[in-house]
Amino acid sequence: MNVAGLIFANIHDRSLPELTQVRNMASVPFGGRYRLIDFTLSNMVNSGITKVGIITHYNYQSLLDHLGNGKDWDLARREGGIKLIPPNVSAAGAGHLPSSRLESMLSAIDFITHCNEDYLVLSDCDIICNLDLSDVIAAHAASGADVTFVTKRVDASGMYLSESVGCVKADENGRITEFVMKRPTDGVVNIYTNIMVVTREYLISMLSDAAARGYTSFFHDVIAHVVADGTANYRAYEYEGWYAYVSSLEGYFNASMKLLTQEARDGLFAVANRPVLTKVRNSSPTKYCEGAKVTDSVVADGCIIEGTVENSILFRGVKVGRGTVVKNCILMQDTYTGSDAELNCIVTDKNVVIRDGRCLSGCETMPIFIGKGRYV
Amino acid sequence: MIFRKKECVAMLLAGGQGSRLYALTKKTAKPAVRFGGKYRIIDFTLSNCVNSGIDTVGVLTQYQPLVLNEYIGNGFPWDLDRAFGGVMILPPYQGQNGADWYKGTANAIYQNMTFIDRYDPDYVLILSGDHIYKMDYDKMLDFHKKKGADCTIAVIDVPIEEASRFGIMSTNEDGSIWKFSEKPKNPDSTKASMGIYIFNRKKLEEYLIADEADPASSNDFGKNIIPTMLQKGEKMFAYPFSGYWKDVGTISSLWEANMDLLGSKPALDLSGEDWRIFARHSADAPQYVGSRARVENSYITEGCEIYGTVKNSVVGPGVKVMYGAFVEDSVLMGDTVIEAGATVKYSIIDTGVTVGAGATVGADRDAGAAIAVVGEDVNITAGAVVEPGAMLSE
Repeated sequence: MNVAGLIFANIHDRSLPELTQVRNMASVPFGGRYRLIDFTLSNMVNSGITKVGIITHYNYQSLLDHLGNGKDWDLARREGGIKLIPPNVSAAGAGHLPSSRLESMLSAIDFITHCNEDYLVLSDCDIICNLDLSDVIAAHAASGADVTFVTKRVDASGMYLSESVGCVKADENGRITEFVMKRPTDGVVNIYTNIMVVTREYLISMLSDAAARGYTSFFHDVIAHVVADGTANYRAYEYEGWYAYVSSLEGYFNASMKLLTQEARDGLFAVANRPVLTKVRNSSPTKYCEGAKVTDSVVADGCIIEGTVENSILFRGVKVGRGTVVKNCILMQDTYTGSDAELNCIVTDKNVVIRDGRCLSGCETMPIFIGKGRYV
Repeated sequence: MIFRKKECVAMLLAGGQGSRLYALTKKTAKPAVRFGGKYRIIDFTLSNCVNSGIDTVGVLTQYQPLVLNEYIGNGFPWDLDRAFGGVMILPPYQGQNGADWYKGTANAIYQNMTFIDRYDPDYVLILSGDHIYKMDYDKMLDFHKKKGADCTIAVIDVPIEEASRFGIMSTNEDGSIWKFSEKPKNPDSTKASMGIYIFNRKKLEEYLIADEADPASSNDFGKNIIPTMLQKGEKMFAYPFSGYWKDVGTISSLWEANMDLLGSKPALDLSGEDWRIFARHSADAPQYVGSRARVENSYITEGCEIYGTVKNSVVGPGVKVMYGAFVEDSVLMGDTVIEAGATVKYSIIDTGVTVGAGATVGADRDAGAAIAVVGEDVNITAGAVVEPGAMLSE
């Protein structure tokens, strides 16, 4: 396929400070066994893309560890595969860490110019969906657009936004007539999903133009102006499948809990020929012990459950001790809970230890977060 | 190619039909039969090799090799996709002097002596792909070297009343073997051969060539090579292994080995980071346990959706147990649907099976009942009854 991918691994780190303290947005754990980048990478791979650049600036140890050489996504390739694009900072102090999307793209200009694909798919790591990109690309190519923005009609009240999003209006042909960055609070809005297909030649000329003019903001200085002036062909592609967006800890909690619905699991995991790929950890199957009571929960492999788990998400290797009750919680990899503890609306990062008899409770709109490796 | 000598090369005999597993091996070789939810039997020997530092493994296949070949692939899941060495599938082939099926275990190795020679190893480890156990072959190799043996055979203590089912080694105090009896009526030792041999390569090749030249030989390690070597006075030692080891060659032993994973102190523990058993996985979603589900004392794998009741069972990937369905004392190998109101008790259900609504498979596990076995892709219609001990295949 004549398309390459480009993923922004760091861009939304600030919207989820709790979880991005020790990693970047791309490697934020999600849904029991995944990292957020898995959804984007799988969408690309499932659409036949075999060359993916990943722009990352800082805090990327955990991302590198997750990706390895890309084998788990079938991206360990002689030709193409995963191309990591770390920051251009020299020992002599030249260069600086990109601070905007525009600077990120400019830092990847070598990747963009050395690609020989006609189109690029650009994607962030804050969206969770199972999207057929080949359909978007086909629509992009057929319309002759310079940029096709993937949009989704959502109810803004359930978004838990901590930063502004692109709100898009398009005419009946899908041509974009308005593109405004704002933080909608209610009503149904058509928002940009942070996934776009762009014609590579157009992107190169746009970037060199933006660099020459000293622009700093991709959306404010470039996209909004182009839409207002009508100087390029920008289109919207409205995605209709299941979708979740993570832009705050509450949003993360909310998006995770949606996985307990049939609709979400069908729309995300049960799509024919479009599996969500991730790093294999070789955990043994999960063991439900005598006396375990598990209901309405998503559970990864490698767990040992002796207690009660309700309405929760357990990542790989979680241990729930005898007499312990876990409700409405997200317990990340290798969280250990002793016996007779009670947890409600808690998000634990990896390797957290909850000692015997501890009792912790948050609430749905304000889950309590416990950092990586903490002992309670 | 860069040549690097290997100290020890493993040869894994995976050609057996496993006819006593009936419906379960109709389409696949025994080593490729699923075990413990997400594994296949061969994962244990392959993982043992890798964890013991052996990175060159020849897998000798013959019976129904398609699934096994696809499963092993380039060896990536076991880290056996090596630049030199790694895992290699060795089917029977046509040579200059004609072609032949593998006539016996020894003949299978004989036909692949050129494979062994490529790596110029000092030792050859012979394994079979039909046992469930975790074992450090490196310790056995150390033992072999320390004893200055020509051949070392791993043995495990079995109850004396069961000894007549095994090849029994009678040993001196220093561990050297003075007698080998295949399935003896009156065993004088409880040291049973585990079918794991380490040979000095030169010695092995010498005996394989001699054995091949003997038209009366059945070209088998247990029947021919080992007795002949003993008779000729070669230095042969028994390496005592203690730990979990199970031959899963029969329906009941396969069921038992699966059940050994359950309980608070399981006989076979696969959790934890040390001596991990590797397997080839598909990308399945995490398991989902529904709001009215009950799961107790069970081993459940990714990709499952449980809405009904599962007790004392081992469930492989992609199994759906619908509302009101009841599964107890059973092994569900994967990608199977147990429809609403169906009951599965004391059974082994292979992959791709549908148990229709309200159907009954097997019966309570009591003294008299036998395990019901449902083979690959069988469709049990709604309301049907599959008797205990039944053996269904497509």
